[in-house]
Amino acid sequence: MANAPSSPHYRYLLRLADNALVLGHRLTEWSSRTPTLEEDIALSNIALDLMGQARLLYSHAFTIGGDGRDEDHLAFLRDTHEFLNVQLVELPNGDFAASMARQLCYSAFAVPLWEALARSKDSELAGIAGKAGKECAYHLRHSSEWVIRLGDGTAESHRRMQGAIDEIWMFTGEMFEADDTDCAMIAAGIATDASKLLPIWSKTVDDTLAEATLKRPADGWMISGGRQGTHSEHLGHMLAQMQFLQRAYPGAIW
Amino acid sequence: MTDKNWPLYEVFLRPRNGLSHKHVGSLHATDDEMALQNARDVYTRRGEALSIWVVPSKAIVSSEPSEREMLFDPSMPERKPYRHPTFYDIPDEVGHM
Repeated sequence: MANAPSSPHYRYLLRLADNALVLGHRLTEWSSRTPTLEEDIALSNIALDLMGQARLLYSHAFTIGGDGRDEDHLAFLRDTHEFLNVQLVELPNGDFAASMARQLCYSAFAVPLWEALARSKDSELAGIAGKAGKECAYHLRHSSEWVIRLGDGTAESHRRMQGAIDEIWMFTGEMFEADDTDCAMIAAGIATDASKLLPIWSKTVDDTLAEATLKRPADGWMISGGRQGTHSEHLGHMLAQMQFLQRAYPGAIW
Repeated sequence: MTDKNWPLYEVFLRPRNGLSHKHVGSLHATDDEMALQNARDVYTRRGEALSIWVVPSKAIVSSEPSEREMLFDPSMPERKPYRHPTFYDIPDEVGHM
């Protein structure tokens, strides 16, 4: 089979989709728990954007993968080690500052990523990238404005925002890695070289941190492995909740 | 930001080119920019707008309900019917106006 389930193309699409689904689900955990009604809707909107991106990517993977696992199966019936998202997006919500730090770091990566993938030789992926790019541009705006306000806010909000950036920093390196899957896809003109996105990401994040009067943490050891299926303990707990219904009542619809 | 009562803003949307902005509701926000973002998130989820205005509610100058009679009663249609086009008979020769 040209595109066996383990083909680089299939894996590459799953990585993109899993990032969107896992972060999207995390954001739904904020529903009814945000500080204000307005923010509740804002985070739900972002969650829905990401879920929509995940659905399109899973469907596309299903089409080229051909092992019969549709989008629902991929989302609700895979186990932790089969998820290929970066560990950044599976981190628990924490306080609002932690969630905004996570969102900023991901969105600042997603914007140039989708922009590059809009020129992918995989025309379906290019189409999805065009739509996702616009959505993520707004996610970036939203999260950076919050990081600026919390960083340059009160002593307490500054302390929490700096703490959140410090905590999350070691999870940011993984987004820019390239393994055999990526290299094969880059060579085929389907993927983009994520390491080339690092300077763009750095500038976006640096500018935001500077305006927020926050310090950029020193680059130290970076967490890795999520994109190969190795995850923090958090993802399993998240999936247990997210997948419960389909596991307990297989095939349930409503 | 420690103030739990964020200022109130009024939201106006323009649905299409050529139409004017119309009041759709209000929201709370930390400041002007966030008010614009919140308006986008709360009021344009179904493609309602091409343009948003947000205005601090306190910037709006409003007429007093207690002055309603003085201000508006004199211009009610039954008092000044000649201010409405239907008051006038139009000669048949004019056709459709």
